[in-house]
Amino acid sequence: MSIRTRNWLLLAPAGTLFLALLIVPLTVVLIFSFGERAPAGGVVPAFTLEQYANLPARWTAFKNTLTLAPIGTLAALLIAYPLAYFLAVRADPKWKTILLILVIVPFWTSILIRSYAWIFLLGGRGLPAILEWMGIDGVRLINTPFAVLVGIIYGYLPLMVFPIYVSLDRLDKRLLEASSDLGAPAWRTFLQVTLPLSVSGIATGCMLVFILLMGEFLIPAMLGGGKVFFVGNALVDLFLQSRNWAYGSAVAVALVVIMLITVTVYMRLISRLGASRDDVAIM
Amino acid sequence: MRLYAISVYLFLYIPIGVIALFSFNAGRNASQLQGFSTKWYGVALSNPFVMDALKTSLTVALTAALLATVFGTMAAVALQGIKGPVRKVFDLLIYVAVMIPGIVIGIATLIGLVTVFDQLNPLIAAIWPDGAVPPKLNMGMGSLIAAHSMFLMALVIIIVRARLSGMDRALTEASSDLYATAFGTFRQVTLPLIFPAVLAGFLLSFTFSFDDFIIAFFVAGSETTLPIYVFSSIRRGVTPEINAIGTMILAVSLILLVTAQIQLRRGAKPDR
Repeated sequence: MSIRTRNWLLLAPAGTLFLALLIVPLTVVLIFSFGERAPAGGVVPAFTLEQYANLPARWTAFKNTLTLAPIGTLAALLIAYPLAYFLAVRADPKWKTILLILVIVPFWTSILIRSYAWIFLLGGRGLPAILEWMGIDGVRLINTPFAVLVGIIYGYLPLMVFPIYVSLDRLDKRLLEASSDLGAPAWRTFLQVTLPLSVSGIATGCMLVFILLMGEFLIPAMLGGGKVFFVGNALVDLFLQSRNWAYGSAVAVALVVIMLITVTVYMRLISRLGASRDDVAIM
Repeated sequence: MRLYAISVYLFLYIPIGVIALFSFNAGRNASQLQGFSTKWYGVALSNPFVMDALKTSLTVALTAALLATVFGTMAAVALQGIKGPVRKVFDLLIYVAVMIPGIVIGIATLIGLVTVFDQLNPLIAAIWPDGAVPPKLNMGMGSLIAAHSMFLMALVIIIVRARLSGMDRALTEASSDLYATAFGTFRQVTLPLIFPAVLAGFLLSFTFSFDDFIIAFFVAGSETTLPIYVFSSIRRGVTPEINAIGTMILAVSLILLVTAQIQLRRGAKPDR
């Protein structure tokens, strides 16, 4: 058997799976988004832009996603950076691996159970009860944008820490010494040496978190109580409750397009900043 | 600095700890500790709905992870030796599979498969012998396994490829110079070297599939997986039973994940 045949045989199952479960389904979504809603809940083939024209009807979902996703990404970055810095520069090398694993592991455990934990903590008998005991009355935390934001930070912090850690870990520590030997105060060393050299990690982390947040459903569903909903929640409603596949497909396509545009623009901005892009997978 | 790190770790682990703590609560009230007991684990494990959902989740996760690992490793090995358009197409597909939000994958699989099934079912019925009841393609465990396998396969390809590209080419060349067959080289040289990555890929795939809610929510049809069961119970209210199920889910994934991490790290430093 030639190497060529062998490679084709090895790739055949993967190719088939990608074709049947990625290319075909995504094409169907694209086609349906130009269709019309059938009375029974399916789609009548057509070529109309009606569904796209109707997108503003779900404006609130898009608005919530496009405000809370960037805010959540920024908040996660601000909390993650000092931790990544600590792990890369300050932590005892003996403990580094363990500490790193401890950050990564929560990301891979059930986001459902982890969001559920916050229903518990932010609900009536959790934090509000403690605040009441301290004399602060009438604080409502659950089912607010704040609760969703906490859930987002909690869920995606590990994904932010890891790439930043990688970029800081690669940084030559002698540069930091050189900077302080030359009399630069700590904040200047940070602003002019550390921060610029970790831009690639920041960029990767922000991009990963932002992309995942754009498609988020569970966190707003669990902690937003139907008041704070994302595009993901609108999609669940359109496909599983109201069964409006044509309109739902248009919303899904719009979501993916917005995602692609943001990511492309973001990449351009980052590469203009002079940082090389590196794909660090969180594994 | 150190204090800050400690507080972030507390932030990451206190919620998990609280769930675990309350799962051992003796009282019926979900948010008031009333002594230690393991009775809610008993309640959860003797609930037939929970056990059914657990069985479904385990079957799906095991099958999907196996398929993804085998197909993904095969593809990664082949892609290693390929250049040109085929490789570019696969790179693009892997990228798309990982980048597209899970919810869109779920939706696309749902409406894609339902549309295809609607076309195929009359066809099958037409060619089926008279008298026998023709099988009907439907959303269910099969579609869930398929959707998970596709996504997880992309993940396995990425992990295994990273390991393959760090491998010393001279080893496989030496093996073929010594007249080993292609398969012999793979079994005796390549596979042992990439095995930690393959195992880690399997463990991560299993965990992901076991924990996945959003894809399953769309494509599981009438089947209920454990996360779907938990999600619908939470909507009905917080109970100590959910705490117990949640703690078990977390414990299972924690064990698998730590194993995967150790394998990946062992893999990163080839033993000489």
